Amino acid sequence: MAKVTMTVNGRQVSGHCDDRTLLVQFIRENLGLTGTHVGCDTTQCGACVIHMDGKSVKSCSILAAQAAGSTITTIEGLAADGELHPVQAAFRANHGLQCGFCTPGMVMTAVDMIRRHQGQLDEATVRAELEGNICRCTGYHNIVKAILAAAAEMSGARVAAE
Amino acid sequence: MGVEGIGARVARKEDKRFLTGKGRYTDDMSVPGMKFAVFVRSPHAHAKIVKIDASAAKSMPGVIGVLDGKQLLADGIGNLICGWMIHSKDGSPMKMGAWRPLAHETVRYVGDAVAIVVADSVAEARDAAEAVVVDYQELPVVIDASKALQPGQPQLHPEAPNNLIFDWQIGDEAATDKAIAAATHVTEVTIQNNRLSPNPMEPRAALGIYDAGDDHYTCYTTSQNPHVARLVMSAFYNVAPENKLRVIAPDVGGGFGSKIYIYPEEIVCLWASKRTGVPVKWTSDRTEAFLTDAHGRDHVSTVKMAFDANNRIIGLKVDTIANLGAYMSLFSSAVPTYLYATLLSGQYDIPAIHANVRTVYTNTAPVDAYRGAGRPEATYLLERTMETAARELGVSPAELRRVNFIRSFPHQTPVIMNYDAGDYEASLNAAMQAADWNGFAARKAEAERRGMKRGIGMSCYIEACGIAPSAAVGSLGAGVGLWESAEVRVNAVGTIEVLTGSHSHGQGHETTFAQLVADRFGVPLDSVNIVHGDTDKVQMGMGTYGSRSGAVGMSAVVKALDKVEAKAKKIAAHLMEADESDIVIENGELKVAGTDKAVPWFQMALAAYTAHNLPAGMEPGLKEGAFYDPANFTFPAGCYICEVEVDPDTGRTKIVQFVAADDFGNIINPMIVEGQVHGGIAQGIGQALLEGVHYDASGQLLTASYMDYAMPRADDLPSFQVSTSNTPCPNNPLGIKGCGEAGAIGSPPALINAITDAIGNNALTMPATPQKVWAAAHAAK
Amino acid sequence: MYETQYYRASSVQDAVSKMEAAGEGKYVSGGMTLIPTMKQRLAAPSDLIDLRHIAEMQGVSVNGRSVHIGAATTHFEVASSAALGAVCPAICHLASHIGDPHVRHMGTIGGSIANNDPAADYPAAMLALAATIVTNQREIAADDFFTGLFDTALEGSEIITAIRFDAPAKAAYQKFANPASRYAMTGVFVTRRDDGDVRVAVTGAGSNGVFRHGDMEAALIANWSPDALGNVSVDASELLSDIHADSAYRANLVKVMAKRAVAAA
Repeated sequence: MAKVTMTVNGRQVSGHCDDRTLLVQFIRENLGLTGTHVGCDTTQCGACVIHMDGKSVKSCSILAAQAAGSTITTIEGLAADGELHPVQAAFRANHGLQCGFCTPGMVMTAVDMIRRHQGQLDEATVRAELEGNICRCTGYHNIVKAILAAAAEMSGARVAAE
Repeated sequence: MGVEGIGARVARKEDKRFLTGKGRYTDDMSVPGMKFAVFVRSPHAHAKIVKIDASAAKSMPGVIGVLDGKQLLADGIGNLICGWMIHSKDGSPMKMGAWRPLAHETVRYVGDAVAIVVADSVAEARDAAEAVVVDYQELPVVIDASKALQPGQPQLHPEAPNNLIFDWQIGDEAATDKAIAAATHVTEVTIQNNRLSPNPMEPRAALGIYDAGDDHYTCYTTSQNPHVARLVMSAFYNVAPENKLRVIAPDVGGGFGSKIYIYPEEIVCLWASKRTGVPVKWTSDRTEAFLTDAHGRDHVSTVKMAFDANNRIIGLKVDTIANLGAYMSLFSSAVPTYLYATLLSGQYDIPAIHANVRTVYTNTAPVDAYRGAGRPEATYLLERTMETAARELGVSPAELRRVNFIRSFPHQTPVIMNYDAGDYEASLNAAMQAADWNGFAARKAEAERRGMKRGIGMSCYIEACGIAPSAAVGSLGAGVGLWESAEVRVNAVGTIEVLTGSHSHGQGHETTFAQLVADRFGVPLDSVNIVHGDTDKVQMGMGTYGSRSGAVGMSAVVKALDKVEAKAKKIAAHLMEADESDIVIENGELKVAGTDKAVPWFQMALAAYTAHNLPAGMEPGLKEGAFYDPANFTFPAGCYICEVEVDPDTGRTKIVQFVAADDFGNIINPMIVEGQVHGGIAQGIGQALLEGVHYDASGQLLTASYMDYAMPRADDLPSFQVSTSNTPCPNNPLGIKGCGEAGAIGSPPALINAITDAIGNNALTMPATPQKVWAAAHAAK
Repeated sequence: MYETQYYRASSVQDAVSKMEAAGEGKYVSGGMTLIPTMKQRLAAPSDLIDLRHIAEMQGVSVNGRSVHIGAATTHFEVASSAALGAVCPAICHLASHIGDPHVRHMGTIGGSIANNDPAADYPAAMLALAATIVTNQREIAADDFFTGLFDTALEGSEIITAIRFDAPAKAAYQKFANPASRYAMTGVFVTRRDDGDVRVAVTGAGSNGVFRHGDMEAALIANWSPDALGNVSVDASELLSDIHADSAYRANLVKVMAKRAVAAA
């Protein structure tokens, strides 16, 4: 049992866990943040995507110990002051989710994708960027639409702010 | 239609919790003292269990208990059952082999559970599970269904000689043979429908909680139909009587059929909770899901389709072998019979049809209903055969279909179904126009210049939703009725709860069911809550599968709303001293028509509960329930067109456009319907292009993870062009038909017809992997 | 996953001494292959020594056409390095197609090369670029480094610290991905230097892992054009066969991907 400390959704947290504990287990079981999901064993489905030090990563394939000292954002930390993040709002407006299980990973992926591409996305790029996230419900159609809508809105908002 | 009523594109009420990580799935549940289970599973496809030695495992760190099948048997837990009785054509009942929740004598597929380990953590349970020593005596294995039927093959169950479960038929064989003999052309094909793994993204899970104080069990589980789970676990598995067993299916992360069935794990977790004295949670990993979630499809059929000189189909003869795996899963017998062969008339007026279906045990995972369940198999068979026939006859695929469309309704097919309404040509025309079918030749020529082979294909499907009515399905062997229940509770402040036996696993019931109420009473959608998925809250229900929640579940809500409306009007009439027949409900008020007299909805509700001033003899309160048993199936239909480009050098297929024109009757929320179609098409494309379960000859599953089972990803798919037309269903109060499975039913043949068109070789099986397409394209040269 | 002990190394020397003290230790960098393998209980290191935070193993530097990539540099950093893109865009392109965006944020070039998965992308680049694998003990030519499936010339506690190569005049990588795993079912990296030297390296296809195709190289030295490969035969008997692609199909892919890489270079 080792003590692991990290910053999660703006709060410094600590927990004791075996070295073999995965980051996703630490988040779900030690911290009780069950929005991050596990959908496969082989680092492919992306239901577990979170942000570590500002970048999207798969929390099912990282040990909690590897993440010690890092800054983590999970799906629970995305909406500020009870307002949906623009990506969350766009998923809702465009029906980009059905059963909701892949959704936290999809949303965290979309936020990272829009950041890296500075909002400049087209359909082919979004589809390529979703390679690490599997959805069984939506056929991706409305997920792609939602990400493009969010990217347009967020880059529009940034232009307006500049 | 109001902004929140029937037909409105309302954003979903449930989305906020899913988008903010507040969804509550079974694996998110945690109760005090909860421990974790791992199952010991057979590594062999067929073996006798000689001995199980758990002594080392029991002494490992964190281990609370290791339990096996002999203990389960001693405690009287029953066999898993198949709930639909099919009789062979010789009159004998289907041969149901024993399926123990934990095998104690024989294992029959890789993944068959033999013991459960309960420990403080999943990791410790897994450590101990590896230390359980099971002495197996391996037996010979058979994987292929056709082979399993032959003499001298390994036998799975003593009850089923030659592994034959039943040999069933439907239709008129003599008339069909006569038509074939008289035909001017007979198209003969062999059709394979590949075995699939459903793959909801949420793996199955179960949390069993035994309360010794009340001798009561609670089961949280990933179920599409928690009430059926409770019924079956009580009545057949002897877990506990219904009043001592609460089943809760919280948020369910997709199902596609695979979460209809009652699996060994939830039974064993409940039993193990009593045995060990702690709450026991099990969560499947993805490999366990591939091994043990019921698979779908796996048919091989030979087909003869007979045409007269006018290209009219005069007979259809089908011989199908369906692989049901190692055991008969809950609805497995219904899928290749009443959900399949009854749809073999498709959209066509076929005077004579005969189908023979043999179902077979093999050393593979059980096979049951997966999105579409029988109808995709029927549609793929028919639409591949129609395409083949069009090519053989030298007529356009559209014309061959037009010539044979059913054009008057109701239409009685030779295979039980009575189609109530439809306009197949409207869907065909809409799809062809949306796809610019006439411009295809130019697009093909342009692709040719780039070295690409372009092809186009269509599929005209019909399916049957809301399987019913109960008396009819009962006479055909169903073990349950196929009605649905609803209860509408108006609270004293006017807010409303709707309790339904349907259960969403992604379909958005919390929104669409509430839309019915908003539409009826003009109350805000936010004032309506949907309650489902808990046997302590909703008395009884049949759950969600077979695209039945709209046509059946919502119809039950409508019946309950009728009763609430009638009583509300009586109360309002009494309050306003008006005649009940003059009361209308608009915008959240009960008004006297033609006057300015009105009572707000909440005031009427309050009056119902204060009961200070109710009509003489009226009971206080406002709560009404209803059971709805449909008069018939509903018959969604449509036309799908797929256009592809094949890279002849690699065999890679790119879908350049996919068009869906569906007739779902009336629609409650078009946004949600479109989402259902998108998802269905993606699964259909997955079947046709990517997905396939592979076992090797020894029964090892080669596709046990996403490393080898190809799931459709975003860049495998295009955006879809979807549209709907509407011939309202005459048999239910909302005129709706169901949309959950259409996409998965209609799309595979459209895609394979397009690829075979592109490469000029009709011999191609699903999934059309790059290697197969490359080989077929080269064979065509 | 079995029990293991985690240790975060602060320097290469620190990592080596920890490894030498460990029973059955393993280095972990991004962990994108090792951690999933451990989850499936197919690897059971007693100790995991984390190299991801070692400063001296980070980053890309380009001096003229001479390239140095720290072994702990992530795929994302390689893919998005402007300096590297200016002299050898092919390796950026390759890195941008490894795994998925999340995997690229964690996975490292050193980890990929040390693992030598027969379907990994980087080994093909190393061979075709005639790269030098720099370890804490020595420098190893790529031609000597990849010794078989999941097998390399690395010994004991040896750590890859960096990769070095001179950017060729022309280079390109073409991958045909496995439809399920998205790993290379066949990937071909081609390079051509100003002196006319050509290398063709193939990953994902060989039954003994990554390999160079001598006949293709000879044909391309004679005539640097996709058509030059038309008459070169690829021996299917040395290629992998599985449910996704048999060896004959892979042989076809080797040729098609090689032609496309030459066209793209």
